[in-house]
Amino acid sequence: MSDGRVIGAYLVPNQPLPLLAPEQSPAWQSLHDSYAKVRAEIEASEADLILIFSTRWVSIIGHQMQADPEPDFWVVDEDFHQYGSMHYKLKIDADFAATYRDCAKARGLEARTVAYQGFPIDVGSISALKLLNPDNRIPAGIVSCNVYSDRTETLVLGKAAADAIQKSGRKVILLGVSALSNRMFTEWIDPKQDRIHSLKDDEWNQKILELLGEGRLEDVSQLSREFSRQANGDSKMKAIWWMASAMGQNNDYRGMVFDYQPVWGTGAALVGLTPAKNLGGGLEYDEDDTEFYRGDRNVLAAAKKTEENPS
Amino acid sequence: MSESGKIITGCLAPHPPHLVYASNPEQNEPKSSGAGAWKTLLDGYAKLRESIKGKDYDVIIVHTPHWKTNIGHHFLGVEHFEGLSVDPIFPNLFRFQFDLNVDVELAEAICSEAKGEGLVTSMMRNPEFRVDYGTITSSYLARPEFDLPIVAISSARTYFDYSDEAGEREMLALGAATKRAVEKTGRKALLLASCSLSHRHFTDEPSDPEDPSFEHIYNENQSKWDQHVMSLMRSGQTARLLEEMPDFIAQSNAEVRDGSLTWLLGAMDVPNMPAKIHAYGTVIGTGNAIVEWDVEAAEVTA
Repeated sequence: MSDGRVIGAYLVPNQPLPLLAPEQSPAWQSLHDSYAKVRAEIEASEADLILIFSTRWVSIIGHQMQADPEPDFWVVDEDFHQYGSMHYKLKIDADFAATYRDCAKARGLEARTVAYQGFPIDVGSISALKLLNPDNRIPAGIVSCNVYSDRTETLVLGKAAADAIQKSGRKVILLGVSALSNRMFTEWIDPKQDRIHSLKDDEWNQKILELLGEGRLEDVSQLSREFSRQANGDSKMKAIWWMASAMGQNNDYRGMVFDYQPVWGTGAALVGLTPAKNLGGGLEYDEDDTEFYRGDRNVLAAAKKTEENPS
Repeated sequence: MSESGKIITGCLAPHPPHLVYASNPEQNEPKSSGAGAWKTLLDGYAKLRESIKGKDYDVIIVHTPHWKTNIGHHFLGVEHFEGLSVDPIFPNLFRFQFDLNVDVELAEAICSEAKGEGLVTSMMRNPEFRVDYGTITSSYLARPEFDLPIVAISSARTYFDYSDEAGEREMLALGAATKRAVEKTGRKALLLASCSLSHRHFTDEPSDPEDPSFEHIYNENQSKWDQHVMSLMRSGQTARLLEEMPDFIAQSNAEVRDGSLTWLLGAMDVPNMPAKIHAYGTVIGTGNAIVEWDVEAAEVTA
């Protein structure tokens, strides 16, 4: 039996501005500086893989795992192109990507690896890796965020990550690249005046951060639907669902909120979660839990002729 | 520049990268089997090209759903782009070497006119920007030579950030701004609204993506809506189409929510002329129509 396991997890922002232009805003500078604290923790850990779920990498055909061992290209943010290009040269654990793909398929998910010169790796993943793993000392893995997947499918994707980690023997740090509230200002602002888009978004973010600070990741996962409805959570908070599922769906963590700032109105937080025994307290789990994904093709889609359904 | 510019033709020109893939152009690295899943749409684009072949236009203006901007409406503002565009969603199908010129003067004029309408606008000046595959695909399928400059307009998130009605109002204003800028700069423009109709995808793919036995509309609801929308286009009822657009969006996950079709109708002054439907077909479950409004011919007839 292999001893692969998750040794820690971090929620990090989805916007590139703390990397591209920290000096323009006290909030972005604060995040930039806080990334350094997280980086120090990661450097001191025994991690041999950083595995990312990024809401900025959207997929349609199932779930894509980056498998180019040395992606070397650049991206320019769709909105913030005036802040410059993001050139990158990364180290990706292609073997792990293949293992993750196979584990996802074994749980009924559509999954594939991608390895193409010029593939535009998303700005969220690039920002996180440049700020947290700038010299590529630790290889990375990146999985996409399927635009149609809901909680069930995302939980199964998280469980497949846990399967792959266990099988691979890696000691893994998970990164959920995601905003909390994801309402951006829709006009140009003075970066120095950046703030959370609304008081309501801010209050919801604070509540989520209070729970995460207590290490109650599964409670946050269960709250994610409501949070998304109330505060325009980023991509239904799939990153939280994925992290919670990959880490075993419990509240047994030491939580640390490193920072919480606005980035163009969104809630941008840096939160650490370290597995720790028996800290969870009472659990109130209401949502369904699924081990295997059976898809929606025969539920919503037009009937297709198969051997089982010849009509 | 004289004020004799005009919109020659407006087209609904969907951008599935599958159609470029199936065409096997030398610029695209993956090669298709030719199994024929999207033949109807490829034939439709051939008819569109034939229809616009003799027309006198000097610029192509594309509104694209695959350059998504949260801070208003952005315009390519660099004269030349070339490089590799890999579709992050279908990288197995689209890895395209693009080489295109931009009509920056016209882009700036539209940007300025739109700003005058109260819209938030920006010029994109970063020469390393990766031109999105929606712009490339629709441009290629309408005119594969890339021998005319383009203007590419991003898709602002107004529908998503505020409401479908607010998005519609913005896109009509952007369309009107586009028309005025074309007229003021003396351009003769072909307009491409780069979007599908119903837009629910299957989330799996056969081993040969072009396998025709796999291809069909996602469900009957989507098909009915698409047929209804095309009947409105065919009978010249674009004002009614605009009235029903929020319902179409809500009930069929339509890609028109990215604003391209409403921008096009706005730029053409919501024409009551019958549109020519060159083709309708599906691509991994989404509904796609290739539609032409021959504005210039209608003016001559009138």
